[in-house]
Amino acid sequence: MKMEGDSVRNHLLDEVKTLSGQQVELCYHCHKCTAGCPVVDAMQYGPDLLLRMVSLDQTDAILKSRDIWLCVGCYTCATRCPNDIDIAATMDGLRQMAMARGYPAGERDALLFHRLFMGVVQRFGRSHEAFMLGLFKVLSKVPLMNDVPAGIGLFMRGKVPVLPERLSAPVQVRQIFAKTRSKK
Amino acid sequence: MNYSYYPGCSLHSTGLEYGLSTRAVFKHLGLELTELDDWNCCGASSAHVFDHTLALALPARTLSQAQAFDRDLVIPCAACYNRLKGADLAMRHDPEARSQMESMLGFQYTGSVAVRPVLAVLAEDVGVKRIADEVRNPLLGLKVVTYYGCLLVRPPEIAQFDDPDDPQVMAELLRAVGAEVMPWSHATDCCGGSLSLSRSDVVQHLVGRLAERAREAGADAIVTACPLCQVNLEMRQTAEPKMPAFYFTELLGLAFGLSEASKWWGKHLIDPKPILETLRVLETLRV
Repeated sequence: MKMEGDSVRNHLLDEVKTLSGQQVELCYHCHKCTAGCPVVDAMQYGPDLLLRMVSLDQTDAILKSRDIWLCVGCYTCATRCPNDIDIAATMDGLRQMAMARGYPAGERDALLFHRLFMGVVQRFGRSHEAFMLGLFKVLSKVPLMNDVPAGIGLFMRGKVPVLPERLSAPVQVRQIFAKTRSKK
Repeated sequence: MNYSYYPGCSLHSTGLEYGLSTRAVFKHLGLELTELDDWNCCGASSAHVFDHTLALALPARTLSQAQAFDRDLVIPCAACYNRLKGADLAMRHDPEARSQMESMLGFQYTGSVAVRPVLAVLAEDVGVKRIADEVRNPLLGLKVVTYYGCLLVRPPEIAQFDDPDDPQVMAELLRAVGAEVMPWSHATDCCGGSLSLSRSDVVQHLVGRLAERAREAGADAIVTACPLCQVNLEMRQTAEPKMPAFYFTELLGLAFGLSEASKWWGKHLIDPKPILETLRVLETLRV
């Protein structure tokens, strides 16, 4: 926290507001978000504590935490928050800050999945499971043989087409990625 | 009735039978689905991780294509529905977002396209009574729980569909075709979504609990309206015996006596036939 004369400025609160449009300072810690969060068991802090840490400007601890990468965007928290804070959107803002500042993701493979998914969409305009799953298997730290039987099961049922439906994304889709700075 | 149709990526791959059964049910009811031909991915669970504008522009582009037709846009996938509905609402109510999308995508937003989930179309445009009238093989004795997952009902200001805590539409349709819908408290719990590959342990835990609670509720199967929920339910259950997961459209098709129904569960990872064989319904279909 920086002291500026008599006022104390919380830079993190302001940044989160700019990135996600959310007023985290409205939180009065009723814990409804944490009580309803499906992935809280795997988190270090949980959504309520993370919001408190935003209020306390604990930037470093938040941006390196795995919690911001575990959020699945189910909107249970956002739906239940009595102060209308979209906590899932707040998590997106925090993830974007972490990436912009070069923090390694606290859940490496969760970010890898999102990157590969968007990389495939950028390339083909649509998702393509075989391509994405193959890359994920090779690049992630998840044991290589995990999910191989299930993958074969899906393949045998014709549910993982080998070739993408389109060879390249429509021009407009490529433009969308270019204009939004092509963050794969 | 004529509708524009956005299947989304899953319905061309892991959720194949959701698309097949949706098309078959619509055809049987005399409703025409015209697939938009140059649609793109909605951004799903990943675009919003990186950039708000990217997450808005991807579904907005598909909406711009739907605008060429004077028809409602029907979407089976819960995530696709949420993203397209969210983009529509953003352009409808936020002039800044609208002009940003209009200049990025080179179109004029008219707001003429209603974005609707399949469940809503069947309940509102067809109606429970007509659905019941179409039944040839009532699913008597089939006990199910309805499972909406997240994005069909949350956040309510975007989804604007059914009750976000206690949704009823799917149960009304399934009761109309003779199934018994068991009460449970987990219809809108999360399955773990896109963590399935990177943290399969988390998804196994969530899905395992769903299957366990469904069984406690007395259900033989879980009925979903989301392709990611369905594939997670099928791939991430570890405890035996495994609980099958249907798409609600598959059960409607079965009850209508559609002969292609048996092909749909050939695509399931957890074979639901042992459950269906107890019903005598399959005998009529000679499966």
